[in-house]
Amino acid sequence: MALGKVTRRRFLVRSAIPAIAAGIGIGVPRLNAVAQAASSVSIVPASGPGAVPVTLNVNGTEHAMRIEPRVTLLDALREQLGLTGTKKGCDQGQCGACTVLVDGRRVNACLTLAIAAEGKKVTTVEGLASDGKLHPVQAAFLEYDAFQCGYCTPGQICSAVGLIAEGRTRSDAEIREFMSGNICRCGAYTNIVAAVKAAAGHA
Amino acid sequence: MRPFAYARAQSADAAIAAMAQDARAAFLAGGTNIVDLIKLDVAQPGTLIDIGALPLAAIEVATDGSVRIGALARMSDTADHTAVRSGAPCVAMALNLSASAQLRNMASIGGNVLQRTRCVYFRDVTQPCNKRQPGSGCSAIGGDDRKMAIFGANDRCIAVNPSDFSVAMLTTDATIHLRGPAGERTTPFLGFQRLPDDPALDTNIVRGELITAISFMPTALTRNSTYLKVRDRASYEFALVSVAAALDVRNGTIHDARVALGGVAHAPWRARAAEAALIGKPAVRATFAAAADAELRAAKPQRLNGFKVVMAKNAMVRALGTLGGAA
Repeated sequence: MALGKVTRRRFLVRSAIPAIAAGIGIGVPRLNAVAQAASSVSIVPASGPGAVPVTLNVNGTEHAMRIEPRVTLLDALREQLGLTGTKKGCDQGQCGACTVLVDGRRVNACLTLAIAAEGKKVTTVEGLASDGKLHPVQAAFLEYDAFQCGYCTPGQICSAVGLIAEGRTRSDAEIREFMSGNICRCGAYTNIVAAVKAAAGHA
Repeated sequence: MRPFAYARAQSADAAIAAMAQDARAAFLAGGTNIVDLIKLDVAQPGTLIDIGALPLAAIEVATDGSVRIGALARMSDTADHTAVRSGAPCVAMALNLSASAQLRNMASIGGNVLQRTRCVYFRDVTQPCNKRQPGSGCSAIGGDDRKMAIFGANDRCIAVNPSDFSVAMLTTDATIHLRGPAGERTTPFLGFQRLPDDPALDTNIVRGELITAISFMPTALTRNSTYLKVRDRASYEFALVSVAAALDVRNGTIHDARVALGGVAHAPWRARAAEAALIGKPAVRATFAAAADAELRAAKPQRLNGFKVVMAKNAMVRALGTLGGAA
């Protein structure tokens, strides 16, 4: 993305800001009572429901952000950090498009609250390549043509990285079972299994 | 999603005390159920009290041989643990057949036991539901009842419990350890999850209580167990019917048996009639079929789920057949 150029994504993000701000304004008065009740908890200081400071470690970089407690890790990554590689599919933990690694383990970013991920290491598909070289799973997905439309692919790749770390690649059946949390509507499963197997060193 | 406040608890007592500060507070562990329900507007917490940092994730074998699973142990770690795999194979199997690898890396064992039903009407806030809104009625009765209960339902709720782990735990005489405003207590796993006499209550947990651990004692019976799950697709789906079975067979005769069914009732269903029909009998297919028949005689299917009666029988015979040896 060239600096200064107004892309489709930037235009959409900018256009949406007034509407979002208006929404927050309406919500505030109703929530004051809750915020006050929460702040009286002396043993466990509560924060929010407004935006609070949160530091997220994503792909090795610390990001000081302001996030409402209700914001999911998926939305924080996409909307605030601009890391749009992680995809929003069902937003209900039923498709796996949002799969990222938290402390090295694959999870659904759509059901993870960003504020709860503070202090943990988040890795997205953007953080897999190193020194300009694709991660072996990324390279295998290219080599084995393990996608069609590509929407589920970042989630499939992050999930496969987690799967290989778990050692669940002993057979095609095991790969299929333990990758079942990633749905591919194009049905590229055959090539996904081949790519995962190759990346795991079982080709 | 409606806004809510957030607090990270540094101790179990602090978490329990924080619950008393906000009548609409809820605990957050793995988040796979509560965050989903907040998005659906089924849950509307004022504050989420994050218990994720509490030291409750260990899985330990005590000196007496019992296995204690910390409430914050992840489903994946529990399924992989040697003591669980050898002490109660059906528990490890049930966990690995639950949800997806991602969700199992997030979801806690305590949360699994407390998860809400997947009844589509419970999850749809535009529909009446006695569980979500007491007194509003049950939309599943006379509606799409294909996935609903065949045991223990009433005219107020026909939903089923979605937990595979809980079904498997019924083969072990497990104990639930709780800590709350009144201190610590233990309660048998069996009966902790309720039938829908009051549909709003899924379990006998008291508000403000935290599950701290679930323990069981491995025996000859629990070590010979299996879990069979039947569903609409091969993986990543809730059970239409599931069977957890454990057999202690000595010289071809069934010395002891435990059978529990999932996907058939508001709570995991202990198949006592089947167990009674198994004990003392030869471990052969005819015994298994008679036991399944004995249990399913009491089944009361809904309009669209009569198939579950046949499916449950076949699943029971098949599961028991893999344990008993003789066919």
